Amino acid sequence: MSTDLPKSEKPAVKFAAGDFAGDRPPGDMRSAALDAWQRVRSGDLGATPAILGLLGLIVLFTALRPETFLSKGNIANLFTQALPITILAMGLVFVLLLGEIDLSAGVASGVCAAVMAKLLVDAGQPWYVAVLAAVAVGIVIGTALGAFVALVRIPSFVVSLALFLGLQGITLRLIGEGGTVPVRDDVINALANKNMPVGLGWALAAAVIVGYAATEFLRWRGQHARGLAARPIQFVGARVGVVTLAVLGGTYLLSQDRAPGPIVLAGVPWGVLLVAVLLIICTFVLGRTRYGRHVYAVGGNAEAARRAGINVTRIRVSVFMIASTLAAISGIVAASRLSSVATNSGAGNTLLYAVGAAVIGGTSLFGGRGKARDAVLGGLVIAVIDNGLGLLGTKAYLNFLITGVVLLLAASIDATARRRRSEMGR
Amino acid sequence: MPATPVLELRGVDKSFGPVKVLHDVSFTAHAGEVTALVGDNGAGKTTLVKGIGGVHAFDRGVYRFDGRPVRPRSPRDAAALGIEIVHQDLALCENLDIVENMFLGRERSHGIALDEAAMEEAAAATLSRLSVRTVGSVRRRVSELSGGQRQTVAIARAALWDSRLVVLDEPSAALGVAQTQQVLELVRRLADRGLAVVLISHNMNDVFAVSDRVAALYLGRTVAQVRTADVTHRQVVELITSGRSGDLGPRA
Ligand SMILES: Nc1ncnc2c1ncn2[C@@H]1O[C@H](COP(=O)(O)OP(=O)(O)OP(=O)(O)O)[C@@H](O)[C@H]1O
Ligand SMILES: [Mg+2]
Repeated sequence: MSTDLPKSEKPAVKFAAGDFAGDRPPGDMRSAALDAWQRVRSGDLGATPAILGLLGLIVLFTALRPETFLSKGNIANLFTQALPITILAMGLVFVLLLGEIDLSAGVASGVCAAVMAKLLVDAGQPWYVAVLAAVAVGIVIGTALGAFVALVRIPSFVVSLALFLGLQGITLRLIGEGGTVPVRDDVINALANKNMPVGLGWALAAAVIVGYAATEFLRWRGQHARGLAARPIQFVGARVGVVTLAVLGGTYLLSQDRAPGPIVLAGVPWGVLLVAVLLIICTFVLGRTRYGRHVYAVGGNAEAARRAGINVTRIRVSVFMIASTLAAISGIVAASRLSSVATNSGAGNTLLYAVGAAVIGGTSLFGGRGKARDAVLGGLVIAVIDNGLGLLGTKAYLNFLITGVVLLLAASIDATARRRRSEMGR
Repeated sequence: MPATPVLELRGVDKSFGPVKVLHDVSFTAHAGEVTALVGDNGAGKTTLVKGIGGVHAFDRGVYRFDGRPVRPRSPRDAAALGIEIVHQDLALCENLDIVENMFLGRERSHGIALDEAAMEEAAAATLSRLSVRTVGSVRRRVSELSGGQRQTVAIARAALWDSRLVVLDEPSAALGVAQTQQVLELVRRLADRGLAVVLISHNMNDVFAVSDRVAALYLGRTVAQVRTADVTHRQVVELITSGRSGDLGPRA
């Protein structure tokens, strides 16, 4: 080793060729396809399993119950059935992104709905006061849960299990043994039971499509113009195409007259609009804001996030607050759908369905991976299973068994993908 | 000789409870130079580096940065001064891509939305300035990268900011031959760009390949800080293992 070289000749080391040799210029189809294949091989399947599963289930149930499953009335039913699960699951995505769990989200939605119902019925408050109170209760529950997890450092499944029991007690106390409180408020009931005018539905669908296409193409053009890594335009086009098809198809199906009698019953349920708005907000927050980036970072490597100056405690508390807030909204929608709140609202398999929806949609139970749209895809899958099995007239016990198996299947895909990722690295 | 060292420590002590880890340590790092910090396991290298980076404070002693006395109380304070530490365990988020990791905690945004384009451009510019060929793949997730590539990302992250001092705690510990060379090359380039670089390493070949000066710690004391060209392999090994070598090291 020569130690007497003048400083300018110091670099005795040569750059190792090939370490970044996998690099390719961006934007061409072949390399993008290779990238996609690489991702799939490393276990990053994205939305593909959920979409394929959804299509497969639809084909299956249509074959088994051709006259009822794809009937216009049932399709609308399916969408409203998916609403509360989807909203609950969207909140859980935030918690799952940190690798935490909130087992109390289901019963929290029940408590919030009970608070709303009591205010509407017993106190005679207007709907907006009742809704605000329900959401406030959700925020309080989430803050308490988050504080115990982030500050006292109790594992989230223990804290939320305790809340799972405690909150059921509160619902029981509010509603009274074995009782139900009917919800007759027009605005609340409209959420899941009334539809927007057909014309408005089409207009909003068009707005969503144009908005989505514009953001995607403008982003692509910006990346392209500045020489940044961009997917090939064909990929962007395909994505926009799939979304367009889904939105137009859904709007078309929901715009058909589904009343058996002479009265016209058609249009997109208002609740679908609510889910769409929540989806857009959550997608923006997670994907385009500093806060969302920090949620992913804490979920990926909390220590690294802390060293990067991120307030990990604050992020931890906040995701539980978001989950409980969305749980409150989910409880309101569920109350709207059934026009009542019962002592068992949000109990039973509600939480299992919501966690299942998030995981089936592609959110990882191990943290760091997941998107708001997973809740929508997974929520639809769960609703199709629940609805289809109902039409088949399967016994309740089978229903539980099948849903449990589906959740296990999704979790297995998730765990396998994670193992493949850690094998691929290095 | 550069006039003022970027970093100057004098008479630094550090204890953890009853355990005194650093005794009267002195250490300097100059702009445009790689200073190797060597010492056996437990000699106190990481403790010294954490003190420099504001992870914990020194108990006693002088800490000058660019000639001014400073006292960083957190990694943020240190970063504000222009001190970046690449820790022994890399502290990258595997689920995020290269750009996202490089800007973690210091994201750029306009309004409430992240400015992805600006961050990607800055990250790509830094990487190409350091001659890291990553064209078109700065959007790769860290989980897809090799150990050497990860180390490269961690180092490039330190170079992204207007840093004056970059400290690398055993950057090549877990790397193969080719990847070690790549990282050393990168370390050299940082110094050639005018930064003061501190490199902790147990590998004498690395130390002699890349450093301008070498400082040795022995049981928490500085036993020597000399120009690398003025010492031999053997002398450095002796300093590490016994705290002295010929006329180097403290008088008995
Ligand atoms: N937080 C702490 N509390 C108590 N003792 C500590 C603490 N951190 C380090 N030490 C002690 O200080 C001494 C120096 O540790 P340090 O990590 O600085 O060594 P090092 O030179 O970096 O070793 P290595 O080469 O193994 O990384 C060790 O004896 C260690 O046990
Ligand atoms: Mg160490």
